[in-house]
Amino acid sequence: MAHSAENVAGARPAGEPLLRVENLVKHFPITQGILFKKKVGAVKAVDGVSFELHRGETLGIVGESGCGKSTLAKLLMRLETPTAGRAMLKGKDIFKVSGSELRRMRRNIQMVMQDPYTSLNPRMTVGDIIGEPYEIHTEVAPKGDRQRRVQELLELVGLNPEHINRYPHQFSGGQRQRIGIARALALKPEIIVCDEPVSALDVSIQAQVINLLEKLQGELDLSYIFIAHDLSVVRHISDRVGVMYLGKMVEVGTDAEIYERPTHPYTQALLSAVPVPDPDARSHRDVIRLTGDVPSPANPPSGCRFRTRCWKAQERCSVEEPLLIRRGVDPHPSACHFAELRQVVG
Amino acid sequence: MTDIHVTSGAAGPTGSGRHLLEVKDLYVEFHTRDGVARVINGVSYHLDPGETLAVLGESGSGKSVTAQAIMGILDMPPAKIPSGKILYKGQDLLTMSEEQRRQVRGKEISMIFQDALSALNPVFPVGWQISETLRTRAGLSRKDALKRAVELMDLVKIPAAKARVKDYPHQFSGGMRQRVMIAMSLAMEPKVLIADEPTTALDVTVQAQIMDLLGDLRRDMNMGLILITHDLGVVADVADRIAVMYAGRIVEHADVRSVYKHPAHPYTEGLLDSIPRLDSKGTELATIKGLPPNLMRPPTGCAFHPRCKYAKAVCTTETPLSLDLGHGRTSACHFAKEMLDGTLR
Amino acid sequence: MTDFESVAATELHTATPGPAGDPNAPGQPHTLEVSKPRSASADAWRELRRRPLFWIALVIVGLVLLIAAFPSLFTSADPTTCSLSHRMGDPSGAAIFGYDVQGCDVFAKSIYGTKNSLLAGAGAALVAGILGMVLGITSGYFGGWWDGVVSRVIDIVLGLPLLLAGIVFMKRVTNAGGGQTAILLALISILGLLGWTTAARVIRSSVITAKQQDYVHAAKMLGAGSGRIMWRHILPNSLAPFIVIITMALGSFIAAEATLSFLGIGLRPPSQSWGIDISTARAYMRENPIPLIVPSTFLALTVLAFVILGDTIREAFDPKLR
Repeated sequence: MAHSAENVAGARPAGEPLLRVENLVKHFPITQGILFKKKVGAVKAVDGVSFELHRGETLGIVGESGCGKSTLAKLLMRLETPTAGRAMLKGKDIFKVSGSELRRMRRNIQMVMQDPYTSLNPRMTVGDIIGEPYEIHTEVAPKGDRQRRVQELLELVGLNPEHINRYPHQFSGGQRQRIGIARALALKPEIIVCDEPVSALDVSIQAQVINLLEKLQGELDLSYIFIAHDLSVVRHISDRVGVMYLGKMVEVGTDAEIYERPTHPYTQALLSAVPVPDPDARSHRDVIRLTGDVPSPANPPSGCRFRTRCWKAQERCSVEEPLLIRRGVDPHPSACHFAELRQVVG
Repeated sequence: MTDIHVTSGAAGPTGSGRHLLEVKDLYVEFHTRDGVARVINGVSYHLDPGETLAVLGESGSGKSVTAQAIMGILDMPPAKIPSGKILYKGQDLLTMSEEQRRQVRGKEISMIFQDALSALNPVFPVGWQISETLRTRAGLSRKDALKRAVELMDLVKIPAAKARVKDYPHQFSGGMRQRVMIAMSLAMEPKVLIADEPTTALDVTVQAQIMDLLGDLRRDMNMGLILITHDLGVVADVADRIAVMYAGRIVEHADVRSVYKHPAHPYTEGLLDSIPRLDSKGTELATIKGLPPNLMRPPTGCAFHPRCKYAKAVCTTETPLSLDLGHGRTSACHFAKEMLDGTLR
Repeated sequence: MTDFESVAATELHTATPGPAGDPNAPGQPHTLEVSKPRSASADAWRELRRRPLFWIALVIVGLVLLIAAFPSLFTSADPTTCSLSHRMGDPSGAAIFGYDVQGCDVFAKSIYGTKNSLLAGAGAALVAGILGMVLGITSGYFGGWWDGVVSRVIDIVLGLPLLLAGIVFMKRVTNAGGGQTAILLALISILGLLGWTTAARVIRSSVITAKQQDYVHAAKMLGAGSGRIMWRHILPNSLAPFIVIITMALGSFIAAEATLSFLGIGLRPPSQSWGIDISTARAYMRENPIPLIVPSTFLALTVLAFVILGDTIREAFDPKLR
């Protein structure tokens, strides 16, 4: 898996990327024994993922549970240590920095989490929650200036700046998510990793938060890594999309490439499974139904990881791992030996 | 006051104008420390054999509470049902004795939940749990009940059912657990199956499998299926009719095509406009402003008026009645006709 | 920050700011709050001030402390001046609760016993609380080998019977000829050293729950250090069960002091303590219950006041219960 990132990322935007992730690997050891822990295997949560993120761009990452997308987010946020690989941000490998350099790096990359009910400390006021970044990074804002900044942030995300003394439980789910976004913005990061930021919200609230994220991106020149399982939401917000399956990126491309001209069978099946809010689409939709469940990442299939659920699988798929490279059929990278166009979205 | 006069839809009522299941002007309130929350305010809907009714709503709309009232699994107190009827084959479930109610629950009307893991008992094998009702209520022997459990697991397409009947819930994947729960609810061959967000916790590809399965079972067993969900996509794929709920009321009720083509209530329209689409890329999503109401202190007039882009003076004072629009369509909006004409501004 | 402001103006319409409880009041003026930031502890104090139960408990605790510090303010009688002629004497103007089996003033004995009982109970609770909190938080937060060590130590300490350890330890102190202060200190240490385990276990498990919460991850991602995470995020969310355990422990420590005194290895006359009083009076309960009832009431009221105090503080610090 030593193919370079340029080959993989299908990078349309020219110029130096803001973040370049190369061959990222995270294996969680499975151990046995109480006193002397013996390694008996590994959960291959993320297994050689590469991509690039450009300034002002949104990279969507989709996949089902167990595909490694949340682990990827944790790795980028340095909540987990990678087994291998690097991620270059402004010429520095974010996995190599430590101490004050790590703290400075954190100012540049922040995260919005999925669950607005658990991501805010219930015993802190909203003012303390959004102001905490300034207490940790005291050099960003002088003490007397912090309250004004917190109130500006509240206003920025569409909340009443008078509410700094309220507690998280006094807000609805959508409002809490706005608080989480304000906290992520406090240090003026360039990159925000959004891990399922709207999936816990009601339908009518989701649109409000998505619009807010898009508006903020335009005004503050943010780059998003937008991780979600909802393919419609990802299409709406993303410039480019990566599809993950069992720790691997199987297809990368612009939103049109992935949604209108998918070449990987998994992407096609995933798109086909999304229920479309149009009753007339029922009859004339191309339906691909996958059988069975996602295999365990502790014991992934040999060769192509998708072959156990794939209708095209042949002998070659079990012995030779398909690389994520440009295939002749459409000029975007796809990790399938038998990549072919199939339009599944109406 | 929001009684819906539904003329028979596509599926048609059974026999002499009697529906299999009929909820009539149901009210439910919760008495809490902070006051009374009126969570269901005059809900009426009906279900016939072999059809799928989708009850669509956001959290707090009362869609699940209605189902719990039908099943008789509301915790009372704090819940209270001040008025309303739930007729099953013409008999009111709410006035029945607990003994009679038990006969209906599970045997005639059955329910599956969103979270299959917490709905299954972790310390018993799945076969034992599926066959439990067969042993205790149908009086089958252990051996026969287990045999039937394997048949049911086959029915819901669990691979290698015979080998897995002695496995425990944690040994199954999320999708398989949901199948186990469906098998369990089908044990007594119910006439009505209520599915409360059955696929929300599942992955997209598994979601599609489960929805297909539910559709097949409904057809093969001629069951009435009440599908409770917030997902407009799922509804469009499988439902015959839709009841859209907001703040404890059914704001719109119609066959699925009409709702998606020409919504007759501003809330439905707002919902449809606010979801991102898979097949196109818009610029900015339309939103419904504001938040769902607090049911302790609902707004005056139409509960949706503070969020409605069409709201007029009358909306703030008068609660709209459910307006019959013909062909079984109703809408609880003062301006439903104008909405359909496209003249509402 | 000007770039922030420009977006803010256009973004405000998307949500009606307000608490979840009052979302549908557009057009109404905002309930004008002072927008000066308050800390969570200031909010807790505001809440506490409004609770009568808190004040009642506080007054009782204050009174008990006053009695302990200045017993002579509350009685003119000397608890050590006993006369057998008053043996089991009835309540009178001179001694409002009468006399005990040795003819000592029951009320005066309880008043003068307050100091030692409170010192033993509160001291032991303090030792146990600090030990339990530090060991519980660190083992729960850091895990690994440290957690293993602490957990094993807890198992061992739990295996030691209080009375046996008390007897062995206290005998050494008394045999070494230590004075009453030495005995009291020894009592506090033995009770504290044996009594921290429940608190440590409870706080350890709630720390383990709290540290997996998303808000702790959020703090880590902001670059917060371990100290800040433990102090600002984990401790406040693990404190509730700890407060309950410790206030209950306070009562049981006062009772344990009584048991040890009863066995003759704790404080002994002429020292005064409720424990000594209760254990002596117990034998003559049928003859005259008053010498038993009076110190027991002192004990019960004190423990109750501490429990209520702990409870109200715990509730005041929980924003959801306000």
